[in-house]
Amino acid sequence: MITRRSLIAQGALAGGLAMSPRLALAAAGSNRRLVFIILRGAMDGLAAIPPRDDARQRQLRGGLINPPEQFGAPITLTSDFAAHPALKGFAGLFAAGEAGVVHAVASPYRERSHFDAQNILETGGNAAYALKDGWLNRLLPLLPPAPPPVAISAAMPALLQGAAPATSYAPSRLPDASDALKARVAALYEGDPLLHRLWGEAMATEAMAGMAGAGNGPGNPVALAQTAARLLAGPGGPRIAVLDIGGWDTHAGQAIRLGNQLRQLDNVIAALKAGLGPAWANTLVIAATEFGRTVAANGTGGTDHGTASAALLAGGRLQGGPAAGRVLGDWPGLSRLFDDRDLMPTTSLNSLFAGAAAGLFGLDPDLVTRRVFPAAPAPPLALIRA
Amino acid sequence: MPHWRVVDGMSLAAIALNRFGLGARPGDASPADPSSWLLGQFGHFEPRPAVVTSLPDAMAMTTQYRENLQQLRQMGLIGTRAPSEQQVPGAQAKAEQFQQERRQAYRSAYGGQVRARLAMALGSQAPFAERLVHFWANHFAISTDKLATITMAGPFEFEAIRPHIGGHFFDLLLAVTRHPGMLFYLDQAQSIGPNSRLGTLARGRNLPRQPGLNENLAREILELHTLGAGHYTQADVAGLARALTGWSVGGFGRRMLLIDAPAGAFVFQPALHEPGSVTVAGTRYAQDGEGQARAILSDLALNPLTATRLATKLAQHFVADAPPPALVERMAHAYLASGGEMMALYRTLIAAPEAWAQPLAKFKTPWDWTVSAVRALGWRDLPDGRLALTLNELGQPVWRPGSPAGWPDDAARWAAPDALVRRVEVANRLASLAGTADARALAPRLLPGTLSAATATAIARAESPAQGLALLLVSPEFMRR
Repeated sequence: MITRRSLIAQGALAGGLAMSPRLALAAAGSNRRLVFIILRGAMDGLAAIPPRDDARQRQLRGGLINPPEQFGAPITLTSDFAAHPALKGFAGLFAAGEAGVVHAVASPYRERSHFDAQNILETGGNAAYALKDGWLNRLLPLLPPAPPPVAISAAMPALLQGAAPATSYAPSRLPDASDALKARVAALYEGDPLLHRLWGEAMATEAMAGMAGAGNGPGNPVALAQTAARLLAGPGGPRIAVLDIGGWDTHAGQAIRLGNQLRQLDNVIAALKAGLGPAWANTLVIAATEFGRTVAANGTGGTDHGTASAALLAGGRLQGGPAAGRVLGDWPGLSRLFDDRDLMPTTSLNSLFAGAAAGLFGLDPDLVTRRVFPAAPAPPLALIRA
Repeated sequence: MPHWRVVDGMSLAAIALNRFGLGARPGDASPADPSSWLLGQFGHFEPRPAVVTSLPDAMAMTTQYRENLQQLRQMGLIGTRAPSEQQVPGAQAKAEQFQQERRQAYRSAYGGQVRARLAMALGSQAPFAERLVHFWANHFAISTDKLATITMAGPFEFEAIRPHIGGHFFDLLLAVTRHPGMLFYLDQAQSIGPNSRLGTLARGRNLPRQPGLNENLAREILELHTLGAGHYTQADVAGLARALTGWSVGGFGRRMLLIDAPAGAFVFQPALHEPGSVTVAGTRYAQDGEGQARAILSDLALNPLTATRLATKLAQHFVADAPPPALVERMAHAYLASGGEMMALYRTLIAAPEAWAQPLAKFKTPWDWTVSAVRALGWRDLPDGRLALTLNELGQPVWRPGSPAGWPDDAARWAAPDALVRRVEVANRLASLAGTADARALAPRLLPGTLSAATATAIARAESPAQGLALLLVSPEFMRR
């Protein structure tokens, strides 16, 4: 079997002592960290990052236009956009050049099913369930050798499923099984290919988390973010982590629920920054959702399934780059809506993902598009300085 | 996979017990005629056993929810009235105490319902029928992460699902759609036709929030409960949403136009209903009132796309993550030919050679695994009473899938590294509670025909009876069904 490691060794041999330019770039990317946060349930991008002083928005959003008083007043990001007041920490990072926004983004999907849309977001395809592996998994063979990426959840998200090894980890309140039992379980699974592989990955991750001193915190997203940061911060740890935050499907009573959700997301980003320490300088966090929500409020103080939303970027790696302190994307305005109801999508999520992955890990953006998003290629966005 | 040694006849019994049932219990006789054993269970399945009827029902839970809402509103904790800055001294502490008591009451009610579900699963003599209850409750999932549904998922399953697992799918669909649990969960109870009498009246006034349609329930009926994703249009959603206006829960309307009905009872409110005909899935419905949505549901239940979706989900649950298309087709055909009877689906499934051809094709969900492990020990509950907590730790809290799509039913979502470690930890704890039960004798009784030589050897060589038992519970054969 040809492994990444052996390919690199062969490449080095073929070129004598000099590394090829691409390998040199890849090596430069080896200290980079990526945290991908899947916002499941369709985050209202217009409420998270609203345009400022938009008459059409005021007209359609009605009572949802002003966040409830307890969250405070919207925070100005640029001359054209503000942040929901619950994103206070994010707005601070934005001002410091460590955060950015890509607005009016959507996957190629144009229907309104959460489950199909999440599958397309995670697989990077153009039809639900057409691809069996996640785009992040397809990215892995292009990266320098590193421990497998980790999903901070008990189950493996589609984003990381695929041929390349990936693992999952969630802190537990259960008492540990004895080492003796674990050794016997390992032997018991030797004849079972699936369980053998899963058990091996679990033990490797557990050993790493143990070294990193992971506690037995409860499973709330902020605690999970702390766990992710601990795993990523270590010198021998994984370089990529995936977090899931659900609860964005605000059909009713959106004002309070969405504010709480955004505050939690804000705390998750803060926990990542705190936990990553010096590694934050080489980190990119992407928070993306499967689709946006209707521009108009519905009859129950909420919004229904829409199309384009906003994606949030954070991390020290953004400093000095095209996305630092910027709201990127081609803002379509609200005078013309998709299907007469939704924010018009103008940028593909795959443009964002390909550009982010290439920029972060020092890869050729066209190569990333060809290898990782062959089913739904889109021009990669420049997000990070070379 | 060549890993398992399959003995005919014995492996059929193992499949009946473990795949179609909820796992063998040590005292149970191995069924001699597995097919008859499964179908015969509908004769003695109890839809409303005492463990269920002794609990507060949906009407009681709705009354409690309504009273709580009123109290929360009075305290200024919800609603438009912001808490005043100069509150009565001690008001804050009083509100906190109330919130604490309310949460405690909700937790206690939810806990009682979870215990009832587990008691039925652990003790049932009709485990195939019980599994179907769990299957349909997941198909029509209402997740307990909303204030209105925390205490409602239990009554929903007990009242809308259990009595209807063996009849027409339409009756199940109707019972589910009319239940307050579903009407609250998918926001239907608040949906108001813009041109209904109440909607028209509200438009005339300058209300801060204009009432209107909510599409949530209509969309999920089409996408999840009947036709399936990709088989309906936004226009179908809008049509069904209009037809469903007026389907509501009694006890919440004190406005003059609304009919007074007992809290928690289904009520059709003509004043909320959007007048006019609608078109759904190519058919025009000109009925006025409650009958309109009812007629749509009746047609949806018999739609061939619904038949295929139900057949696919059942076959995926019982046969393989990627079920054989020929089997799905036969099941869907039998369902349509019977005029929408669920028994036709079950009979075709059980008669299918595909369902018995490959033992251990399905990786157990945490619920499956936990219930089968506790049944394997012959228990009706855990000695430490921590069964519900165990399910939380394993990643599948009862009735809390977090979305109306319910829990996934394929190995890709459950066979993850961390999930295995959790199961080993739980197995270790169960085994430590089980005393000196002899796994060597238990294994062939639980896994007739499917116990591998490697597992039998590992159990036999364990350093203690408890370790042997833990190994049995996490063995490759026991992880699957």
